[in-house]
Amino acid sequence: MTAKKEALLDATLIRNASLAALAKLDPRVLIRNPVMFVTGVVAGLSTLLLGADIAQGGMQGGTENTVLIALLTLWLWLTVLFANFAEAVAEGRGKARADSLRATQRETLAKRVRDTESRAYQEVSSRALAQGDLLLVEAGDIVPADGEVVVGIASVDESAITGESAPVIRESGGDRSAVTGGTRVVSDWIVVRVTQKPGESFLDRMIGLVEGAQRQKTPNEIALTILLVGMSLIFLIVVGSLEFFAHYSGALIPVVFLVALLVTLIPTTIGGLLSAIGIAGMDRLAKANVIAKSGRAVEAAGDVDVLLLDKTGTITFGNRMADGFIPVAGISERALAEMALLASLADETAEGRSIVELARRKYALNLAAGPDAKFVPFTAQTRMSGVDLPDGWRIGRRIRKGAADAVLADALGEEAKARTPRDLAAAVEHIARSGGTPLVVSVDRKPAGVIHLKDVIKPGIRERFAELRAMGIRTIMVTGDNPLTAAAIAAEAGVDDFLAEATPEKKLELIRQEQADGRLVAMCGDGSNDAPALAQADIGVAMNDGTPAAKEAGNLIDLDSDPTKLIEVVMVGKQMLISRGALTTFSIANDVAKYFAIIPALFVGIYPQLQALNVMGLGSPGSAILSAVIFNALIIVALIPLALRGVTYAPSGAAALLRRNLAVYGLGGLVVPFVGIKAIDLLINAVGLL
Amino acid sequence: MSPTDLLQILLFLALILALAPFLGAYMAKVFEGRVAFLAPAERAIYAACGTDASEEQSWGRYLGAVLLFNLTGFALLFTLLLTQHWLPWNPAGMTALDWDLAFNTAVSFVTNTNWQAYGGESTLSYFSQMAGLTVQNFVSAATGIAVAVAITRGIARRQARTLGNFTVDLTRGVLYILLPLSILVALALVWQGVPQNLAAYVDASTVEGAQQILAQGPAASQIAIKQLGTNGGGFFSVNSAHPYENPTPISNLIQMVAILAIPAGLALTYGHMVGDKRQGWAIFAAMGVLFLAGLAVTYWAEMQGNPLLASLPVDQAAGNMEGKETRFGVVNSVLWAVSTTAASNGSVNAMHDSFTPLGGLVLLLNIQLGEIIYGGVGAGLYGMLLFVVLAVFIAGLMVGRTPEYLGKKIEAREVKLAVLGMLSMPVGILGFGALAAVLPVALASVQDAGPHGLSEILYAYSSATGNNGSAFAGYGADTPYQNVMLGLAMILGRYAFIAAMLAIAGSLAAKKIAPPSAGSFPTHGPLFVGLLVGTILIVGGLTFFPVLALGPVAEHLAMLAGTRF
Repeated sequence: MTAKKEALLDATLIRNASLAALAKLDPRVLIRNPVMFVTGVVAGLSTLLLGADIAQGGMQGGTENTVLIALLTLWLWLTVLFANFAEAVAEGRGKARADSLRATQRETLAKRVRDTESRAYQEVSSRALAQGDLLLVEAGDIVPADGEVVVGIASVDESAITGESAPVIRESGGDRSAVTGGTRVVSDWIVVRVTQKPGESFLDRMIGLVEGAQRQKTPNEIALTILLVGMSLIFLIVVGSLEFFAHYSGALIPVVFLVALLVTLIPTTIGGLLSAIGIAGMDRLAKANVIAKSGRAVEAAGDVDVLLLDKTGTITFGNRMADGFIPVAGISERALAEMALLASLADETAEGRSIVELARRKYALNLAAGPDAKFVPFTAQTRMSGVDLPDGWRIGRRIRKGAADAVLADALGEEAKARTPRDLAAAVEHIARSGGTPLVVSVDRKPAGVIHLKDVIKPGIRERFAELRAMGIRTIMVTGDNPLTAAAIAAEAGVDDFLAEATPEKKLELIRQEQADGRLVAMCGDGSNDAPALAQADIGVAMNDGTPAAKEAGNLIDLDSDPTKLIEVVMVGKQMLISRGALTTFSIANDVAKYFAIIPALFVGIYPQLQALNVMGLGSPGSAILSAVIFNALIIVALIPLALRGVTYAPSGAAALLRRNLAVYGLGGLVVPFVGIKAIDLLINAVGLL
Repeated sequence: MSPTDLLQILLFLALILALAPFLGAYMAKVFEGRVAFLAPAERAIYAACGTDASEEQSWGRYLGAVLLFNLTGFALLFTLLLTQHWLPWNPAGMTALDWDLAFNTAVSFVTNTNWQAYGGESTLSYFSQMAGLTVQNFVSAATGIAVAVAITRGIARRQARTLGNFTVDLTRGVLYILLPLSILVALALVWQGVPQNLAAYVDASTVEGAQQILAQGPAASQIAIKQLGTNGGGFFSVNSAHPYENPTPISNLIQMVAILAIPAGLALTYGHMVGDKRQGWAIFAAMGVLFLAGLAVTYWAEMQGNPLLASLPVDQAAGNMEGKETRFGVVNSVLWAVSTTAASNGSVNAMHDSFTPLGGLVLLLNIQLGEIIYGGVGAGLYGMLLFVVLAVFIAGLMVGRTPEYLGKKIEAREVKLAVLGMLSMPVGILGFGALAAVLPVALASVQDAGPHGLSEILYAYSSATGNNGSAFAGYGADTPYQNVMLGLAMILGRYAFIAAMLAIAGSLAAKKIAPPSAGSFPTHGPLFVGLLVGTILIVGGLTFFPVLALGPVAEHLAMLAGTRF
């Protein structure tokens, strides 16, 4: 994927969003956002009052007053429009991403077959497909729908979705059987069983999440909305009762001023930006090539207490590498390297290649086994591989390499344990203890030595874990290795805990146990046997190349199939929550300054001494009220980039985060509007607007 | 500040600081059932009530029990006040109360407000005082404590369905906390000269030859519980400014300590019961910061005196002495006034109406913030917990987790309930107050012109909604309209909080507890205390700033400018 830096806004986006902002004035849409709905009602009310004022020929206080009412009305409407605009921009960005994904999903012709054996197909539109349909996809075809390979093997170009240009192998059975609609088969053919319901592909779901219309509020958004509605209600009482108290004090406050006060007090800033923050969060995930099946999942990601990480591929590179040869007494290191090399020449696994590479590099060996050599492939039963050499080789004929117990049992028979050379046993033990994997080599049923295979820990991963620890997240490494090996790697990688000799059942048990203690667990997985654990975990990230069962069970799907992504997901979740909290705090803290602008303006008529509360020294009551309303509207626009990008988040402990964010958004929220309102007031009076 | 003033303030603070941890630990023991020296009495009460002490209640049933118990208490007291002329112990021959005054008084005492639209010695018989008011003084206080304890359990428990048993909590609160402490305090007051008898009023001839009636009665016992239970209803009309109710500086100190002791202790009881004493201290500290800030402003304002009097031959070296007792002076009047408004007590030893505008503003704000600065017994704690829920919800997101308090998620339901509970303050104070500011039937009660008149209205409705009970004395509250509306405000202020907080506790009790980690929101330590104080000041301040600007702030600025009304 190109790391092109995306502009936050572009002209097309702004134009579309501006139009959408107007369309969102529809009360049926506006009511989804109660704070903005109130603002809209208030703006409507002041429009009526303006009309009445003009009809009466500006009777209430001359043309000057009419101009003020007109300006206030204008800015009240702008407040609503700015909030709508913020949402529309976020949606627009989400939609753009969704569209580019959707482009891969355009209507294609599907070759439907009757059963898995049949190759005769009938061409149907990809839109007419139903769950369970069998499709033939041949080289050059676009995969018409999400599905599972049931027959065949093919290489598939998934770059449209993942951005990764190298084709990947998809084959029936096993954990690499899922194909995604929109990807292209580049070689061979496969029969795919459709797993998606029409219109419910992962892409469809994601498009729904970034497009406002179908977006459902997440639990925390609902709770926050309730708080905002509650605060609006309180301020409604404050402002409503104020007319009575003012009347008691002998003043009559124009209704327009009161509604202006109301709009500046209710939390319009966070109310206007709340949905934009949510959509932008989903969008950031999508940018990281992670598709969330629900907004709830992203939110929960911020709460994760425990991360279950597979060792292989996440903590270590997927494959172990040969690191050294340790011969038994009587065999030279070079001879052992030769044997290992010969035994591995036909071994196409990464481990096998690394053995060949090490032998060639370290001992400058350049051997070929010759055409008569017979390679013995690895099987799950024998758990070893090797070569049978023709006569004439000095080192022997029958070379085997593999798991220590398997090779030793093969070489030494029933009493393998007793007959194992001491030094070999010690070397095996030492390698295992250090976190490596010992591969024993035997020649003609005699143990010859050990190959030290080492798990190579990904660079930088240790630091990531330290960050996670600072954030209060515990990492647990899950591995099939024995406890000894696991402990060594865990220590080297810096994880907090590990689950060794992991089976799907043990994994599930671990998740349940952590959850019973009240912790939220995240994990990633790809295999069918991961499905129960993925479903049980609070956050399950399924790899896109995993099985349909795994993808169905997870609540996030990583298109890149990169297990390290789990950490990004947690970060995005946290950043979204912090943005919400920061803007809420900012919004509420803003009210203090607005009071100091508006209250003296409203009451100096009755109590001239209240001018002392005009600490900002605003020009006139009219300009003071107008400045507060304008500030209130502009701050929404000013914060749109922050809402879209999310607040800066450096992983650290809660106390440090709270201290920083309180200082920036709490204190900032107190101070900024004093400056802003004063500046706007100066401008209004300089221009002579009033 | 003079050294004696400072010394008196420090002595008072030291006493509270010394007593609170002791009382806090003791009360936690009481409600965990580890105090049993009156076990036979306890068992007898449970048997009489038909209560199975081991049976716990869900939040709904607990709330039902509270409401039923208070409704019964109201009905009994209401009937008693309407029929006191037929009942015994009425040597002064008091007549029955009007229905509206009886309603107001009954509500007032059942809700732990002790707003007094009546004058004690001129309206009530000894029987009404003892069997009516004093009984409610005990049980309304114990109700508050019981509710606070139930709510604490809800926060502390893990995946539980029940919060405790109301009858048991109520009984233990009375038997092990309020009764023993009341006896101690009453004895100390009798030692200082407070009357405790059932004698008829005494006719006396003064030195100048005038005739005077000296009121008598079982005062010491009622005063003890009026302070300990943050009730505040005086035995005599002028409350603790009366020389029989509060004769000496020592009796004054005892009573002031009695006002804050239990509310301060309960904050620490909370820490004990949630298993983390630091949580209790954090709440205690937040309350303390607000208390000290209010004390400082009020003391400063009262010591300034009144600039309008500067041209008159009045010595203002001792500060603003209008409405204050010379035996207490400014420092003890201020200390008392701040304590009584902070703690939802409502007893007075000086006339709040006569405080300087800024001094009065602090008293008013203390009440308007929700009576959470130590607050009423129990009520202060659960009121503060409501603000904790809000503070945690607003700021909790900023640590990148959905908000949680002590490992419990604060979600839509809790926020909804907290908001509903919190709405009672603006509705009761601003809504009801606005009506009283424009309806002619209500305006007759206002004594003073100008912004001070508005302060009187505000004070009355703040005091009623906040269940404080003190008054700006100028406000003529004994009219049918005020009796009914203030009564309704008291009901609103009391039960909106109780219902909301019990429901929140019920919901929290059922949740899992996420174990604390470096990533969880820290709810102890100075940062949280500052956050909590900030939330309270901003939320409370934003709600009441406009009207305070029209009342005490305008009055203060006018006073400085030499304007009178």
